[in-house]
Amino acid sequence: MAQFKEGLLYSESHEYIRVEGEFGYIGISDYAQHALGNVVYVDMPDVDDEVTAGEEFGAVESVKAASDLISPVSGTVVEVNEALENEPELLNKDAFANWIIKVQLSDSSELDNLMDAKAYEAFCENA
Amino acid sequence: MEKQTCLYDRHVALGALMSPFGGFIMPIQYTNITDEHNAVRQHCGVFDVSHMGEVRITGPDAEKYVQHIFTNDVAGAPVGQIYYGMMLYPNGGTVDDLLVYKMGENDFFLVINAANIDKDVAWMKEHTAGFDIKLDHQSDYYGQLAVQGPEAEAVVEEVLGIPCKELKFYTAKVVGDIIVSRTGYTGEDGFEIYGSHEFTQKSWDKLIESGRCKPCGLGCRDTLRFEVGLPLYGDELSADISPVMAGLSMFCKLDKEEFIGKDALVEQKANGVPQKLVGIELADKAIPRHGYPILNMEGEVVGEVTTGYHCLSVDKSVCMALVKTEFAKLDTPLQIQIRKKVFPGTVVKKKFYDKHYKK
Repeated sequence: MAQFKEGLLYSESHEYIRVEGEFGYIGISDYAQHALGNVVYVDMPDVDDEVTAGEEFGAVESVKAASDLISPVSGTVVEVNEALENEPELLNKDAFANWIIKVQLSDSSELDNLMDAKAYEAFCENA
Repeated sequence: MEKQTCLYDRHVALGALMSPFGGFIMPIQYTNITDEHNAVRQHCGVFDVSHMGEVRITGPDAEKYVQHIFTNDVAGAPVGQIYYGMMLYPNGGTVDDLLVYKMGENDFFLVINAANIDKDVAWMKEHTAGFDIKLDHQSDYYGQLAVQGPEAEAVVEEVLGIPCKELKFYTAKVVGDIIVSRTGYTGEDGFEIYGSHEFTQKSWDKLIESGRCKPCGLGCRDTLRFEVGLPLYGDELSADISPVMAGLSMFCKLDKEEFIGKDALVEQKANGVPQKLVGIELADKAIPRHGYPILNMEGEVVGEVTTGYHCLSVDKSVCMALVKTEFAKLDTPLQIQIRKKVFPGTVVKKKFYDKHYKK
């Protein structure tokens, strides 16, 4: 069963963001890693790249297919999780502990468009 | 609306991820592709391949007719011999790739791809004029299981009680009202077994209950066939891709008196083809997928990926691609565009893992 962790915000494309001050850690939800199956590659942006809410910033690949990563917020990439380069399967082991990028938010009002854990769980149940 | 095979309820009960393929709703995976892939490479897996189509050709002109529509040469073959080859359009494009089983004198069993059943049967019927044959479309009668892997022989003998030890690679025999052949689409030893729906259901149940054979979906069927360089119609072969372009000339016998498409292949062999199928190995772990562009070192598009994976048996990102012939030589440096980035690659043989057939 997929976990729906409290304290995070979720998008309809199954990314989460954990907000700490002006920064946000963005990853894929546990529901998403279950649906993908074995993750074999994570395509990440570079530090200093700009990301835009609702736009693709990379991809997560299972054996069979590539799924775009869609940023839940706009901002600048300040860090990427380099551990995923050699161990993409960390996303299957613990999707919430293994964020993909850390972003400096440019417009925190965008967070209002995201779902909390309860709303996201209901969204997944109806998917 | 997709068709169901006679094992549909069993796949659903096993919790398979079901997806449309070739007009059928088929199991893609039961647990995950990697485990199922490794089961076939190391032990034994069973696939429901009942979606494949079957056509029986009999009558006084059966051999002459098969020679006319098929690229390989079945003349004078011993009963039980199986041939891989293609049906071609007159311009050399591929109608389908198929297996032809010689079941008796002027008695042939043709196995065709699910996605092409309607097109193939129509094509065959269009070309029967002047041949005294009976064409019997039997896809709705037959179920088919593929038991594949190094332990397949023991599993088929002991679990299904079908004697198959003596069966040579690419031969078949009839046991009661079933057909069993030493063939497959995984690069491992294995068997394909054609029988009634009832036989197929009972055999599937025995195999699963034995615990000696992992149920395997079409997901790993594709990774397995890909890494040993076997083509899939729709990716490596199509109406636009001839067997010469795909590097499958050895299955087209140009010394045969005639077959549909022969003249086009003779011309292609003499004058060359504009594009060829190659293997490409990437230095990076990024994964090339069907349709991604292949670029030369100047950044111009010179081809397209037909199938690509992070190859499970050799831990490398590799693909098959159709490229302009001038870029098809081994060791040619090329680039693959994967989303926004471009990754370096090198032309290699399009067999990324060695086959382990028992011949």
